[in-house]
Amino acid sequence: MTSARIRGLRKAYGSHLVFDGLDLDVARGERVAVLGASGCGKSTLLRCIAGLERSDAGTVATAGEIGVVFQEPRLFPWLDVERNVAFPARSDEERARVPNVLALVGLAHAARRLPKQLSGGMAQRAALARALVRDPHLLLLDEPFAALDALRRIELRAAVREILMLTRASAIVVTHDVDDALALADRVIVLAGSPAEIAFAGAVGTTATRAAILDALGVLTGGGILRTSKKT
Amino acid sequence: MPLALFVAWWAATASGWIKSYQLASPRDVLRELADLAQSGLLWRDLGASAERVALGFAIALLLALVLGSLVGGSRVAERALDPTLQAIRSVPSLAWVPLILLWLGIGETAKVTLVAIGAFFPIYVALVSGIHGVDRKLVEVGTMFGLSRFALIARVLVPATLPQLLVGARIGLTQAWLFLVAAELLAATNGLGFLLTDGQQTSRTDEILVAILLFAACGKLSETAMRALERRLVGWTDTVPV
Repeated sequence: MTSARIRGLRKAYGSHLVFDGLDLDVARGERVAVLGASGCGKSTLLRCIAGLERSDAGTVATAGEIGVVFQEPRLFPWLDVERNVAFPARSDEERARVPNVLALVGLAHAARRLPKQLSGGMAQRAALARALVRDPHLLLLDEPFAALDALRRIELRAAVREILMLTRASAIVVTHDVDDALALADRVIVLAGSPAEIAFAGAVGTTATRAAILDALGVLTGGGILRTSKKT
Repeated sequence: MPLALFVAWWAATASGWIKSYQLASPRDVLRELADLAQSGLLWRDLGASAERVALGFAIALLLALVLGSLVGGSRVAERALDPTLQAIRSVPSLAWVPLILLWLGIGETAKVTLVAIGAFFPIYVALVSGIHGVDRKLVEVGTMFGLSRFALIARVLVPATLPQLLVGARIGLTQAWLFLVAAELLAATNGLGFLLTDGQQTSRTDEILVAILLFAACGKLSETAMRALERRLVGWTDTVPV
């Protein structure tokens, strides 16, 4: 059983073709990191899976509930943390989960605070809690740490890692940070080209090493520069 | 500052430097206020004016909510209605007076209509710009969670628009008092504006000053009430209070 199954995805903005026949499967409980240069289409891919963008051709099939965390927290400023987290709840059962997910993201003490009273890290934790309240089968994270400073980033990354382990939800994490990918994912794919294609795919711990990913991203590491300078 | 003004006023009138037919002394004004209160005329005039403002403001609010929501929420309605409304808005307020007098006579309807015209536009403009300014990213969150159109309006669009609407309503209420003066100066047998005209015709500066002070008090009171309402309803906004 798969959490997400994408076949022949085609998406264009005007004359710009973002994808033309992209395939991707996410197995149940699998965590996939999607890397790529800015503007390569990683966020578009996530938005297509979340149903926020209509694909022009191909199929995007997902199983069960989806939870999304955006780059910004996108909390409703007029609701306190607890009510923001309870926003998607449709049943008493889901409402009853609110204290649990608040505790899970470490915000139990801040339930009554308004978004304007939260730090960036706390706001993003609240957004994560909101995405978890429907007990999603698949969690989509779109550059979830991009707006945070380096230390908050490390903290929240560890928290997300723990939560993914605990909930056993499948996840797709879009990021431009190799460390995010290595910390959170079982599998790493790199998108490149226009229209974007999967330029690299590998399992974390075996083929998807830091060097291999950086190489696929076209990043020159220190050794490369050294080698070039030796030639001259 | 108010104290300094008061002292200057008192000194100027008490020393006889300014004659009482030019400017009444604070004592005369207070006595006139007490007289009016005792005879019941004060309450009659205040009540009449407050009623016109309340009624005109309520009509304006209702119309602005309907038209503003239409124009803010639908492009078709915007194209159909907004240019006309903007054109009407650019007409100086007092230019309406002759037409309204011709159409509606000099009764209550004319006064309430003029007040409503004054209060309508600030509320309408604020509401439309509020709806247009709603953060699309928040709307997207609502859509993502599968909210129905009605739920999206009730749970996202209305609360997101409320701060702007309340600012518009506050300005609208101030405008309502402004237009009330115009309406009552023209033709009225009661109301604060009538007090002004009556004072002018009988050369009673104390009566005029009482009316001016009452206008100031009413304006200040409604402004304070609206600000309190804003603090209570939209204290969540993360902006510097205006």
